[in-house]
Amino acid sequence: MQRYLEKATSFFEIPIDFRSRLLIIAAAVLLVPTYVLPLWNMTLYSNQFPDGLSMDIYSYKLEGAKTPNRDDLKEINSLNHYIGMRPLLEDDFTEFKWIPFVIGGVMLLALRVVVFGKMSKLVDLFVLFSYFGAFSLWSFYHKLYLYGHELDPTAAVKVPPFTPPMFGHETMANFEVYSFPGAGSYFMAIVPLILLAGMWLSRKSWINAKRTTAA
Amino acid sequence: MKTTITMVTAALFTAMLVIGCGGEPKGRSGARSDVQEAALATYVAPGDLDEYYVFKSGGHSGQVYVYGIPSMRHIATIPVFSQYPATGYGFDKESKEMLGSFSWGDAHHPSLSETNGDYDGRWLFISDNANNRMARINLRDFKTKEIFGPIPNVSGNHCSSFVTENSEYVLAGSRFSIPLPRGTYEKVEDYATKYKGVVAGIAVDSKTGNMSLGWEVLMPPFNYDLGDGGKGPSADWGFWTCYNAERATGKLEVTASQKDRDYVVAVNWKEAEKAIQAGKFKNLGGAKVIDPKDAEGVVYLLPAGKSPHGVDVSPDGKYIIASGKLASITTVFNFEKMLTAIQKKDFSGNEDGIPVLNYDSVKEAEVNVGLGPLHTQFDDKGFAYTSLFVESAIAKWQMGTWEVVDKIPVSYNIGHLAAAEGDTKNPDGKYLIALNKLSHGRHLSVGPSQPESSQLIDIGGEKMSLLYDAFTEPEPHYAQIIKADKLNPIEVYSKEENKHPKAIWDIKDAKIMRNGKNVEVYMIAVRSSFEPWKIEVTQGDKVTVYLTNIEQTTDELHGFGLNEYNINVVADPGETKTIEFVANKKGVYPFYCTNFCSALHQEMQGYLLVK
Repeated sequence: MQRYLEKATSFFEIPIDFRSRLLIIAAAVLLVPTYVLPLWNMTLYSNQFPDGLSMDIYSYKLEGAKTPNRDDLKEINSLNHYIGMRPLLEDDFTEFKWIPFVIGGVMLLALRVVVFGKMSKLVDLFVLFSYFGAFSLWSFYHKLYLYGHELDPTAAVKVPPFTPPMFGHETMANFEVYSFPGAGSYFMAIVPLILLAGMWLSRKSWINAKRTTAA
Repeated sequence: MKTTITMVTAALFTAMLVIGCGGEPKGRSGARSDVQEAALATYVAPGDLDEYYVFKSGGHSGQVYVYGIPSMRHIATIPVFSQYPATGYGFDKESKEMLGSFSWGDAHHPSLSETNGDYDGRWLFISDNANNRMARINLRDFKTKEIFGPIPNVSGNHCSSFVTENSEYVLAGSRFSIPLPRGTYEKVEDYATKYKGVVAGIAVDSKTGNMSLGWEVLMPPFNYDLGDGGKGPSADWGFWTCYNAERATGKLEVTASQKDRDYVVAVNWKEAEKAIQAGKFKNLGGAKVIDPKDAEGVVYLLPAGKSPHGVDVSPDGKYIIASGKLASITTVFNFEKMLTAIQKKDFSGNEDGIPVLNYDSVKEAEVNVGLGPLHTQFDDKGFAYTSLFVESAIAKWQMGTWEVVDKIPVSYNIGHLAAAEGDTKNPDGKYLIALNKLSHGRHLSVGPSQPESSQLIDIGGEKMSLLYDAFTEPEPHYAQIIKADKLNPIEVYSKEENKHPKAIWDIKDAKIMRNGKNVEVYMIAVRSSFEPWKIEVTQGDKVTVYLTNIEQTTDELHGFGLNEYNINVVADPGETKTIEFVANKKGVYPFYCTNFCSALHQEMQGYLLVK
């Protein structure tokens, strides 16, 4: 057990390979688009809306498709009020305040990894970022659950409580609803993979370190 | 021998029976492929859109009808001069003010605004023959925005509306000469000397489209009937036809048809502008009126036979075509020759100080079109199409050779005809609509009061072919046909665009304010409720409701119908309307949404409670 712990500690002490550092810088750069690209999209199709009512969730705002003849977010809220669902209003979501802050923090941590060059920092970053990602996904699912379950009991149209789809397709009344990650989410998803690649590329340092400990 | 004769006779007899008794069903006498081609040419599949907009005048209905080509479907009615409860027109404060003291108008000739001689899709003008007004419809939202008039001195605004090449002016004039200014009394026996006509140019603001008085020219008491703006070389000129050069009264069908020739009036409106600037005008009825005796070079007369009705300028602006409705020829006047005759003072007479040009010096050709020629339209291949009322047909003839190349019967008795982009410098060809006066027998019988007929004709080929019979409300006189992609109407008023001072956008702002006997209700209509839904007033209170429809989705209209108070106002998405009334009846009066809006439209109601 002791030997294993010593091995682990020495792993965390190894320097990060130069190529890994480049990858980590790339990961930080790849986080920039997540500010401006949609993270998630939900589109609702029906006979009356063959082109779909669409809304995008960004890191900092909630926006429905807007054409001169239709404001999709307003229309979705108008339709939802019949079943007693709370209107989707950007101001109700604190996520739009802390997500951009966290992404900035991650980018700073990435730079910290590159500067200090120690594997422990990289592992920290990987764990924190994965936690951030998992928490965001859970938070999103939780919001969907709340909005679909906390329906106004005096609503004109009574529907059993439901959870709008988070990933994939579902039929809700006369609507075909499609919910999928947006471009921004794909950039987010690559980052942990890049961080892992960064760890992998530094394995030479780990092999050298093991030899030194063994000796 | 006998058997052979019997057999041959029997065979012949049988053959005659077969041939005589077979035959196509009524109306399908064309070859099968013609019917199929026509059907395909006019079929617009569900979900697809038409290629052209048609704006037809509504005649004495006072409205404008919007159709599509090639389907010939009636898509919408734009109310102009008459109340139209279906869209709440004439019930809210704004439209009531526009209509003024008149509840109808006689809308004859619509005219699309032009830039450089092409339809620019901004406005549609239409004149009122009954109450001497001019209306402007904004093609951004297909709404009547302005009704100008009654225009001073213009009596019977029939020879209207026709725009100049860059919509500087809309032409107008008097069909029924009267003593001027309006309100003056003179015996009708003094018609020839004491009654006067005018032809006028109503100025159009190039940015807003707002109309104002431009220039008027004092004319002899003829009946000024039709008009057209010049194009290209003739762009500085406006033309009118007139009849009753006899200056007759009484049974006009006889008394006004005695002379062989009446006139085409040619006005150089640039000179008219100069005359106004130079102060060469009289103030008559509040308008600036130019007396031809005091201003040379403004107006000339071209003799045209007989009782000319339509005047149309060719796309290249070189020819002015006038048809004498009681003759069988259409006269083509040459604009260049007209200018030469003016320069050389080649006059054959004078009417109240207006020079009459020598007919033979300005005439280019007389085309033998047929009986009762009226109006001419053009295609993109150098052909002209003239409507023949008496003959109930259309004659196609070639510009330059002046030969008739084709004729097609119409059902029945055509007045105007309208070609695709027909009044512009660049007509499209392809389609022509015959606007017929009689439709009996062409549709299921609907009793004595019959609709009008509009026939769609294919003019893309060498010979004209009839594609479709459509029927319209009474009664389109003329139409304008514009390519659909030139128009881009909005269907929702955005918050920024709603400039109504009392518009509200949040249910929190809905309120009722009282100031003595004045009650102001700031009301919101949204699926599916009115906020506030309860209006409590005292009998005699003056109630003003500012109704805002806060929807931002197309086709989500809400109406406001108040029981037994004779009110139905409709608000489009994003629109605010002002509803004014006195609560003179006490009791409880329900109001409800009249324009179907949602699954719970029935529940969209409220109460007016009058103590």
